[in-house]
Amino acid sequence: MSKYLKTVDSEWFRQRLIVVMMCVSMAALVLMTRLIYLQIIKGQEYRRMSLNNSIRLQSIDAPRGVIFDRHGNLLVDNRPSFDLYISLKDARPVDETLGRLAMHASLAEEELTERIAGVRGAAYYRPQLLKRDIGRNALAVVASHGYDLPGIDLQIQQLRNYIHSGLAAHLLGYIGEINSKELQQDIYADSRAGDLVGKFGVEKSLEPYLRGERGGRQVEVNANGQVVRVLQTVPARNGYNVYLTIDSRLQQRAEELLQDKAGAVVALDPNSGEVLALASSPAFDQNDFITGLSTEKWRALIENPDRPLNNKAIQGEYPPASTYKILNALAGLQEGVINENDIIFCPGYYRFGNRSYRCWRRGGHGAVDLNRALAESCDVYFYQVGERLGIDRLAWYAKAAGLGSRTGIELDHEGKGLVPTAAWKKKRFGVPWQPGETLSVAIGQGFNLVTPLQMAVFTAAVANGGVRYRPTLVKRVVSGYGEEILVNTPRVAGRLPVSPATLALVQKGLWEVVQGERGTARIARLKGTHISGKTGTAQVVNRETIEESEEGATTRKYLDHAWFVAYAPSENPQLAIAVIIEHGEHGSSAAAPVARELIKTYLEGAPSAPVVAAGAGEPGNG
Amino acid sequence: MVDRRYLTYFDWGLLALTFLLATIGLITLYSAVMAGVPTPQEALFTKQLIWYGIGLAAMMICLLFSYKLMERYAWVIYGGSILLLVWAMFFGRTIAGSRRWIVLGPVSLQPSELAKIAVIIILARYYAKYVSGRGFTLRSLQVPVIMTLVPFLLIVRQPDLGTAGLIGLIAASMTLFVKIEKRTLSFIVGSGIAMALPMWFFFLKEYQRQRVLTFINPDRDPLGAGYHIIQSKIAIGSGFLTGKGFLEGTQNALSFLPEQHTDFIFSVLAEEWGFMGAALLIFVFLVFIFWALNIAYSCRDPFGTILAVGITAMIAWQAVINMGMVMGLMPVVGVPLPFISYGGSSLLTTMICVGILLNISMRRFMIE
Repeated sequence: MSKYLKTVDSEWFRQRLIVVMMCVSMAALVLMTRLIYLQIIKGQEYRRMSLNNSIRLQSIDAPRGVIFDRHGNLLVDNRPSFDLYISLKDARPVDETLGRLAMHASLAEEELTERIAGVRGAAYYRPQLLKRDIGRNALAVVASHGYDLPGIDLQIQQLRNYIHSGLAAHLLGYIGEINSKELQQDIYADSRAGDLVGKFGVEKSLEPYLRGERGGRQVEVNANGQVVRVLQTVPARNGYNVYLTIDSRLQQRAEELLQDKAGAVVALDPNSGEVLALASSPAFDQNDFITGLSTEKWRALIENPDRPLNNKAIQGEYPPASTYKILNALAGLQEGVINENDIIFCPGYYRFGNRSYRCWRRGGHGAVDLNRALAESCDVYFYQVGERLGIDRLAWYAKAAGLGSRTGIELDHEGKGLVPTAAWKKKRFGVPWQPGETLSVAIGQGFNLVTPLQMAVFTAAVANGGVRYRPTLVKRVVSGYGEEILVNTPRVAGRLPVSPATLALVQKGLWEVVQGERGTARIARLKGTHISGKTGTAQVVNRETIEESEEGATTRKYLDHAWFVAYAPSENPQLAIAVIIEHGEHGSSAAAPVARELIKTYLEGAPSAPVVAAGAGEPGNG
Repeated sequence: MVDRRYLTYFDWGLLALTFLLATIGLITLYSAVMAGVPTPQEALFTKQLIWYGIGLAAMMICLLFSYKLMERYAWVIYGGSILLLVWAMFFGRTIAGSRRWIVLGPVSLQPSELAKIAVIIILARYYAKYVSGRGFTLRSLQVPVIMTLVPFLLIVRQPDLGTAGLIGLIAASMTLFVKIEKRTLSFIVGSGIAMALPMWFFFLKEYQRQRVLTFINPDRDPLGAGYHIIQSKIAIGSGFLTGKGFLEGTQNALSFLPEQHTDFIFSVLAEEWGFMGAALLIFVFLVFIFWALNIAYSCRDPFGTILAVGITAMIAWQAVINMGMVMGLMPVVGVPLPFISYGGSSLLTTMICVGILLNISMRRFMIE
């Protein structure tokens, strides 16, 4: 043995190779045994199973999570829909079967034929959807004629049900069949053609929570395609339930107040950024999208000049008009270009260069200080503040206030707005900034654009002492077993870069707007509480355009947009609001009363009172 | 120039076995792709024929030089294959979430396939140099472990766990073949268990444990791998003794089989040719492997012997794992059946392996 210790020879290798061969033979023996077991011992059974491809997969759909408001009022649930399926392999002759089906259930045969026209290949052996939601009457007929309808299968599917039709339509959104583009995205990796997924609003942005996990079962079927036994089951997991931050009572009130108007309302809790109401008008009925929208209804929606499918609260970008003076005042004070006691004389216009910039009050405000300038919305005062600041300093404060960028709310299609700077104009138009343009921007009337949500967040920051929260719609997400999946906590997006003293001065001015003797929004006063706010009237087009057009200045599309931003109670803000009424003409007359009514509703009502009449909120009430 | 003894010693038997396997493979593939749903995919068959042509050419090239050159250039081959893997990591094409392809004009190659051969060659070189009959100790195993680990980790990253695991198995088989010293072996096995147990009970999360269990037992996933396995078992079992006949397989035709032309091709063969066909294939593989091991034995050069054993281990493991998987004996891993499954890179590797075996076989006189 000892001589082998140093080196190896072929005899050593031969011994090792014999062991290897034994291992290989063992493996071959195992494979052979298995083959005999499968093909000889169990062969007959497997042959029988293969004859009608008897092992099939059936999927178990997971019910989508339901949506509640902040107080647990049900907003969205599911109701059963009875869907007709056909297994073409079992339904032969297909034409005759479809003919009988159409006759029994009073359905259009062409519609059914069309649905299966393109089906071939592997899909031929899987049940194909013929018609969704056939209704209880047709269901009874089809079920009782089952013997006459081979290969026709009824499946119960959960259909989305928006309990208060049209309530919070833009916010809740709707669901629809997944499209081929979505199928390729990673977040839909578990979905397949025909699945219903969120298409708009919270339904879309919270899709990963709301959608459950599909289960399935392996079944053995007989030659007629009927299930003989269930071999294995993987249960589905229900989608998670979502509690929104919305107060449905406030939401409903906001929508009532916007009735027959085009515009938007955003109401926030200024101490957390939670959205209490977010309404856009005109709206639509989400249930129409679930049961299938007729061509006329669809056309009416997309041709309506007031854009009912747009969520104006986040997508609508408007000139901020005089509400921008809040920002201008903050910047001016903080930069020291004005102080609270500086007096500026307003003769009704401000001459700058060779142009005269008008104040909204032709006769002028006379001598105004900061407080009066805000209360009475003196343009001349803020022209001069803007001039002293310059466009880029003003833009810096605007950006710090969250304007010009998305707030990050959990909704798609959010607009960014626009904060103009000298560099921006050079890049966009190739021409330098004109000093006169700063004056327009200073009163919110130049290139600048904001969304109502941005203004609500900014107003909330002014109200709460300077903290800019990221607005949120989601309070918590809870599993079907009550397990907390997500609990949302306030997230600070930034702080207003101003001192407490500066902020206090501006807050005082905003109080004066509503509560002061000569404030522009005295109309918004409420008994028992103090409101602070700022009106705005945004020109839609410049005066030359109106004069050149054939229609008169009173044509609706030329009327100014009305703004009002507010918070209340002034001393201890609980609610921050931004209201815009498109073509509402004056902020004071059109928008301020909306905010007043909303504040009234919010402060009056018991927070947890249910919104709707009993019964309407029961789940499954189809 | 050509030594006439090369012809005398040429291993016609191995070549004949190769052609036999290729023929069985092409017939089965033809059936698998012609039944393709929704339309027959003849193009795949043609492609596979072309790959066989390329494979034959590569095999012949392997005969032109002595396999001993591989010993000398082992590091070059190894380094090159590592570079290719790194290249694929950065510039490779991603298919089905795995970045494992290098695209060269009309063809795409998986460098992980070539890495298998590179690892076999570099390990054969190392073991041939240090093999002693006493067995390798922990210290002398450090180098081969690193040699295996580098391509292994690169392939795990792609991720292609099937190929990575295969490289691990091949390396382990070769190491066992050259003998591991007894105490070292028990240390490795012992520490393996000692590490696996606390990992399983303390470090893995419940869902991870579930995933491992499902991997070992696909029946736990009745909607995924479990469903594939049951359809595969029905296909194989329904072949019965004599099969349903060429192109008559219904499970195959209806696309109930997943990956019927790649990983699950054995079930197509078993369905259409029955026990006779399937048993014949297992038998031919067995003869092929014995033949290759005989080549390893007749070669009187340690490098040649160990190289031949490594190559045989590769083909044998793939065959056993693949057939075990489709018959429901093993976890579902993406390992192709050599010679039979569709796939250019895998076929090219297999043919290069045959070339190396032929090379070792016909040069055995040089040592005698």
